[in-house]
Amino acid sequence: MSDHDDGRRRLLGCMAWVGTGLLWTVSGGVPRSLGLPGPAQAATAAPDFVFAQISDSHIGFARDPNTDTPATLKAALDQVAAQRPAMMLHTGDVSHLSKPAQFDTAAQLIGATGIETHYVPGEHDWLDDEGRPFVVRFQSRTKQGAPDGGFYSFDAAGIHFVGLNNVADLRPGGLGALGARQLAWLKADLAGRSASTPVVVFAHIPLWLVYRDWGWGTEDAAQALALLKRFGSVTVLNGHIHQILQKVEGTVAFHTARSTAFPQPAPGSAPSPGPMKVEPGRLRELLGVASVTFTRGQSRLAVVDTPIGA
Amino acid sequence: MSRLLPRRRAALLLVLLPAARGVAAETASITIDNFSFNPAMLTVARGTRVVWTNRDDIPHTVVSAARPPAFRSHPLDTDESFEMVFDRPGRFAYFCSLHAHMQGAVVVR
Repeated sequence: MSDHDDGRRRLLGCMAWVGTGLLWTVSGGVPRSLGLPGPAQAATAAPDFVFAQISDSHIGFARDPNTDTPATLKAALDQVAAQRPAMMLHTGDVSHLSKPAQFDTAAQLIGATGIETHYVPGEHDWLDDEGRPFVVRFQSRTKQGAPDGGFYSFDAAGIHFVGLNNVADLRPGGLGALGARQLAWLKADLAGRSASTPVVVFAHIPLWLVYRDWGWGTEDAAQALALLKRFGSVTVLNGHIHQILQKVEGTVAFHTARSTAFPQPAPGSAPSPGPMKVEPGRLRELLGVASVTFTRGQSRLAVVDTPIGA
Repeated sequence: MSRLLPRRRAALLLVLLPAARGVAAETASITIDNFSFNPAMLTVARGTRVVWTNRDDIPHTVVSAARPPAFRSHPLDTDESFEMVFDRPGRFAYFCSLHAHMQGAVVVR
């Protein structure tokens, strides 16, 4: 970090000579730069929009390393509530086996926070009746106008949110899939939107290839990303792998969230991607939530991950 | 092709059927563990009852790879089973619809 500080000091020094200095300020924990001169700019800075991402609550799972997934979901939601987000996204695997009682428990715990929540399904949520129970329970409020299939979009605070379903038609051989119909819908949904509109895409399985052998990727994600390429700010939020991975490619920032239920091993570090056993007392360090901040004037949204226990 | 009978009670019913036909059915087992089907390739005689048992600590499914699927199990939690009697010859590829990189095949002679 000290190299960075020295470099910045030198840069600031040079810029002061040229008269194009930058003042760094921190708003809501996110560094922002304000052009100088212009103290008035600081006073009229646009408010941040903060939303949360939680994922993989797996209500119904009750074995090593977590025999109480409702308790860890509740702890995660308490963390989220303390950050006072305007909204929350759940990137899927809400339940472990798509059972009504599991959906009930999750809906009740999440509903108790009072935070407006938008869901996409994980493969564990899509086990019965072509996903209809999940759609009815978790998407009917926000799906108006969208076709059947567990995907939809909406706008908030000037951001265009797109919830995608890449678990509906898993084919043998491995990866998630969006399908031609959903891609056609996405193309129409994005058409005519200004490239300066920030876009947040959320889906369960990662939209980039994390690890093919474990099915950690989406077969036709490249087609979706091609449609998003022209936008100046794209944030892709995923779950499924129960660990944090991040990547930036051009104007697209990818982030996968921790689970609120159990961790999974790093790609290739274990024989299979199942629940990872942990030392007693360490579980909650490996579970977590994410907070995403949109600051007007900043093209990249800031994603901050927090474990639910120390 | 026999109908799907994923529950244990229905499995008992399946045991009675071969006796009624006067033919003793062979049973072959496939174990699901560590995100894999073992054996991944199983060759059986016509009329064999194949039983998949999930010994993994995560649920799995057994879904025919044909379109539309010729058979599909309910999600199998740990220690749950699914069975199929294969009374037609052929190669029947299947996979786990939760973890699609898990694949197997039953070859019926």
